Amino acid sequence: MTREDIKTYVLDYLAGRMTCKEFVEIITDYLDGSLSLLNRIRFHLHLGLCLGCRVYLRQMKHTIETLGRLPDEPVPPAVREQLLQRFRTWKNT
Amino acid sequence: MRQVGVSTPDQFEAYELELSRRAPVPKTDYPNKAGIEPPGRRPAAEELLLLERLRNGDEAAFTLLVERYHASLIRLAQAHVSDRSVAEEVVQETWMGVLEGLDRFEGRSSLKTWIFRIVTNKAKTRGVRESRHVCFSSTGALDEEAEEPTVDPSRFRTSGHWADYWASYPQPWDEGTPEKIVLTKEGSAYLEQAIQALPSNLRQVLILRDVEGLSSKEVCAMLQLSEANQRVLLHRARSRVRRALEQYLEEGIRPA
Ligand SMILES: [Zn+2]
Repeated sequence: MTREDIKTYVLDYLAGRMTCKEFVEIITDYLDGSLSLLNRIRFHLHLGLCLGCRVYLRQMKHTIETLGRLPDEPVPPAVREQLLQRFRTWKNT
Repeated sequence: MRQVGVSTPDQFEAYELELSRRAPVPKTDYPNKAGIEPPGRRPAAEELLLLERLRNGDEAAFTLLVERYHASLIRLAQAHVSDRSVAEEVVQETWMGVLEGLDRFEGRSSLKTWIFRIVTNKAKTRGVRESRHVCFSSTGALDEEAEEPTVDPSRFRTSGHWADYWASYPQPWDEGTPEKIVLTKEGSAYLEQAIQALPSNLRQVLILRDVEGLSSKEVCAMLQLSEANQRVLLHRARSRVRRALEQYLEEGIRPA
């Protein structure tokens, strides 16, 4: 057993072992700041020890960032003109 | 710019904080060349000015408002009523509602949140009439699929001390991935399709939170959801979109 293995086992024991399967399910709770203190600690311990979950968390963040940058389709000129007509009517009432 | 290989929990914590402080990226006013605007919320002063101009009947201000929100409203309405033409009608009604309410709007929420609340209410009413609307307050909000894992179970080991740990690690994506996807027609069409493939309730939450950047509180109030239920829906929606992006980036899946 290597030093690293021992560290892993000790941390597992102290934190209550978090599996990757559990980790991937609580990412949104974590990002929204709604994890309990204990679970937050367990989350960070797992994150520090697990490359796969670090990658997965970054993929989730990339996903969120991509969604926030989704471009809009342009408003069709006919629709814009029609809405503007309604605005003019509204203005004059 | 984010660094590759951030690896200690401390660094993650710092990054997390930075992310949570930074408001989600807002939509563009006009589609600019890059299609992207720097992060940050609209300043309240800008909105007050816009509001005043609207009340004074300023046509340019109204055009700006339409350019800014029309496509978002269509997307959101479509999450409630599947038919595109019905969604367009709902959005027309929404703009009328905006005009009717403009003088009474007190600015207790942002203009954007207020407009989104109007479209949500109108789309809900319309959806109920067409009896396809997903009602969150019923027991159906978090049905049997709530317990379904958001990651394919076959990606985890099934036995031994490392059971439920990754069988093989997910592949890291390039740092520029979000830009890379949204800057191409193909990428944004793919993402739009991935959103449209979501069930109605997941889609509503995902659009409001991640595409439009509304807060959890605002979304819960708008959709009459508890914070916990909202997070479950959001998480499932995000996980599905992540999977779709993974297929795009790693498996060469392209928009239909
Ligand atoms: Zn892990």
